Amino acid sequence: MRPLRRYCLLGVVLTSAGCSGGLQPWVKPYERDRLADPIMSWDRDAISSAYIEHVQESREGARGGTGSAGGGCGCN
Amino acid sequence: MPTLRALSLIALAGALLGRTAGADVLPDNRADLFYSRYSGGGMEIQGYSALVREKFSDTFAVEASYFVDKVSGASVDVLSQASVIKDERKQKNLTVNWVHDKTTYTVGYTESRERDYISYTPHFALSQDMFGDLTTVTVGYSRTRDIVGENDGTADVPVIAWLGHAESRAYDLGVSQIITRNMIAGLTLDVITDNGYLANPYRSIRYYDPASAKGYGLGSQVYPDTRTSTAVEGRIKYYLPYRAAAALSYRYYRDTWGIVGRTIEIDYTQPFANLWILEGRVRLYSQGHAVFYSDVFPYAGYQNFEARDQDLAAQKNTTIGAKATYAFLPEGWKVFKRGTATIDVSRIQFKYSDFRDIRDYGEPQYAPGEEPLYHFDATIYQLYMSMFF
Repeated sequence: MRPLRRYCLLGVVLTSAGCSGGLQPWVKPYERDRLADPIMSWDRDAISSAYIEHVQESREGARGGTGSAGGGCGCN
Repeated sequence: MPTLRALSLIALAGALLGRTAGADVLPDNRADLFYSRYSGGGMEIQGYSALVREKFSDTFAVEASYFVDKVSGASVDVLSQASVIKDERKQKNLTVNWVHDKTTYTVGYTESRERDYISYTPHFALSQDMFGDLTTVTVGYSRTRDIVGENDGTADVPVIAWLGHAESRAYDLGVSQIITRNMIAGLTLDVITDNGYLANPYRSIRYYDPASAKGYGLGSQVYPDTRTSTAVEGRIKYYLPYRAAAALSYRYYRDTWGIVGRTIEIDYTQPFANLWILEGRVRLYSQGHAVFYSDVFPYAGYQNFEARDQDLAAQKNTTIGAKATYAFLPEGWKVFKRGTATIDVSRIQFKYSDFRDIRDYGEPQYAPGEEPLYHFDATIYQLYMSMFF
C-alpha cells in the first residue's frame, strides 16, 4: 500500500473513532500535576526567550517557527 | 512547603478549578527587570528591559514591556570599510489578553526604533483549548512595517539617509498536545512574506578587480524585493521520573532566496532543593547560502541580485548555554507572592564556510577568495529578577 493511501486510511480510522466517541481525552485533569510543574513550561521566561530569538534572527538566515513576535533590524 | 513546587501546585489547583468550570486561565501577575550583555565579533551590546503583566480580572490581562539595546563596536565587514558603530535600539510592546471560555484572544503592538531603522508590528493571536484540554490550537497573524535608513555620517554625528520601506506579514499555526501525564509535544508552522527594501545597507559585495591594490573592489548589494519563508518546528518535552525535564526540538526552514536551515536543540532542566532550577542546553544550527550570495563575484554587475551579507552565507553555529534560577521570598513580601532571580550564560560559535575574513592582514596580501574563513565566538550574559504578585 502506498504511503499516502496508508495515511489517508489512518486518518479516516482516527476521525471515525473520535466521532463515534471511541477516542476520549486520555489524561485526566487530576493527572496533570507533573505537566503543571514550572520545569515543564515551554517558555518560563518570555523576556529572555524574546531576547535570544532576536540575537539569533539578527545573525542567521532562518526566522520564525518559534511563535514569538519581535521587531528591529540588528543590521550592524 | 512554601517553595517553587508548592507554589506551582497551588497554581495548578487554581488552574484545574478554572478548567473544571470550563474556562481558560490567564498566567500570574508578574514583573521582570532584565539585563543582557552580548559580546562577540567585535560588537558589544548591552540590553536593559522591564516587563509588567497584570490581570485586571479573571478574563482580562495587560502586558507591557520596554527594551533598550546599546550597541558599540564594529562587525567584521564594517571594520573592512573603516567605520565603527554606536547605536541604540528601543523597543516598546503592549499586549492585551482576553479569555472567553476556552479561547484566549491576544492583541498586541510592538514598536522598535533605531536612529536608522523604525519598525511597527501589530499582532493578533487566538488560542483554543479542546479535546478535554489535551490540545491547544493557536493561530496568529502579524504585520510589520519597516522604514530602513543608513547612517552616512559618523557614529557620533549621524546623518541618516532613508532608503525605503519594507513590509512583512507573518502567519502562525501551532498545536500543543498532551501526550501522556509525563509528556507534552508541540508543532508550529510559520509562514512569513516580505516585500520592499530588504537589503542590509551596511554590507557590500566584493568582486575581482585586478586594477585594485587588494585585487578586489567593493560595491552595493542588490536584493530581491520579495521573500517568502516557511519554518516548521516540532518539539517534545518529557518529565523524568526523578523530577527533571528533558526537551528536544527540531526546526526546518526554507525560503525563496534559497536558504535552507536546520536547527536542533536539546534542553535539560533539573531543580534542586525546591529553591533552584538549573538548566543546560545545546543548540546546533546550520544553513546553506542564498542563491544570490557570493564571497567574491567575478565582476560588478555579474548577476541581477548580488549579496555578501554574512547572514546569508553558509554557516554552522553551535550554542551551549546554562541557566540558574533561584526562588526567594517564599513567604511573600507586601504585594509580592514570591520572586525569582536568574542568571543565564550562553556561548555561541559562528563558523562560516563561504564568508571570508577580509580584514587587513598586512604583507603579504592574501589573494581574493583565499583569505581565512570567518568565524567568531559570542558570549551572552542575561541577568534578571522576576516578581510574581
